[in-house]
Amino acid sequence: MTDHTNADPFTIAGQGFDSRLILGTGGVASMDALRAALKTSGTQLATVALRRVSPATQGSLLDIIRESGAQVLPNTAGCFTSAEAILTARLAREALGTSWVKLEVIGDERTLLPDPVELLDAAETLIDDGFTVLPYTNDDPILAARLEGLGCAAVMPLGAPIGTGLGIRNPHNIELIVDRAEVPVILDAGIGTASDAALAMELGCSAVLLATAVTRATDPAAMAEAMRWGVIAGRLARRAGRIPKRYHAQASSGQADLWIED
Amino acid sequence: MQIVVNGAPTELADATTVDQLVSNVAKRPQGIAVAVNRSIIPRSQWRDTQLRDHDQVEVLTAAPGG
Repeated sequence: MTDHTNADPFTIAGQGFDSRLILGTGGVASMDALRAALKTSGTQLATVALRRVSPATQGSLLDIIRESGAQVLPNTAGCFTSAEAILTARLAREALGTSWVKLEVIGDERTLLPDPVELLDAAETLIDDGFTVLPYTNDDPILAARLEGLGCAAVMPLGAPIGTGLGIRNPHNIELIVDRAEVPVILDAGIGTASDAALAMELGCSAVLLATAVTRATDPAAMAEAMRWGVIAGRLARRAGRIPKRYHAQASSGQADLWIED
Repeated sequence: MQIVVNGAPTELADATTVDQLVSNVAKRPQGIAVAVNRSIIPRSQWRDTQLRDHDQVEVLTAAPGG
């Protein structure tokens, strides 16, 4: 039997990834739990935040991610303005030696929803400065198109607010974003469990980014593995072509040569 | 002189360089970025950049984050 799971890479800014699951490291209970989850997830890209150095823990996070074989993707979490996000991205480039950034500019603490005005402004400046910008965005097809038009390397619409685990609240919008995007669409935030990740892929997303659903699960390593297979299953289903939905039943057993007479 | 390092008032000898400060604050210099008064000091300039009284210094690195 052909193994479909390992021959379906996608590319961001010309770089290929075999795994379509991107793992955020926020919320991990311990470095051991993270090490295990990175392994079972099979991810090749893991996000980190930029924070004040603490000598007690410095270095262990980056060591663990690199040992797993994943590439580090810094984010701008915690930034509320374009100026803060731009400075954070530049500091991350200096610290981590990568010009890739998950651009996150938040509108308020309560919803943690993106601020589209600040986001567009920051994206434009960082792209001009040579960054590969992966913006965390609202599930708004028009905003996604604007971000792509600026030169973002992917668009990352939310399924639901960060950390809620509410799944994909507006699947139709995600489909609309996928339909017109020519860069990868990465479903970011809101995933609660493996079926949410599968749905994202069925809707046509190129990849899924999630953190809390794994790091705060009862068994993070087991959930990371569930997400890995959820993403693969959803991707296979998308490529396989699902049946149309019907209002009435349609017998799957043939009617020809039925022995029961009318 | 007194500067603020990662939000904490810190007493330092005059003419302390960024390079010297980093070796005091961080276990190792890899994976670190430094901003002085909100301006990034590239690693190549750490040795030649002297801190001044009242500077606000941030020494940053990767931490768990989504």
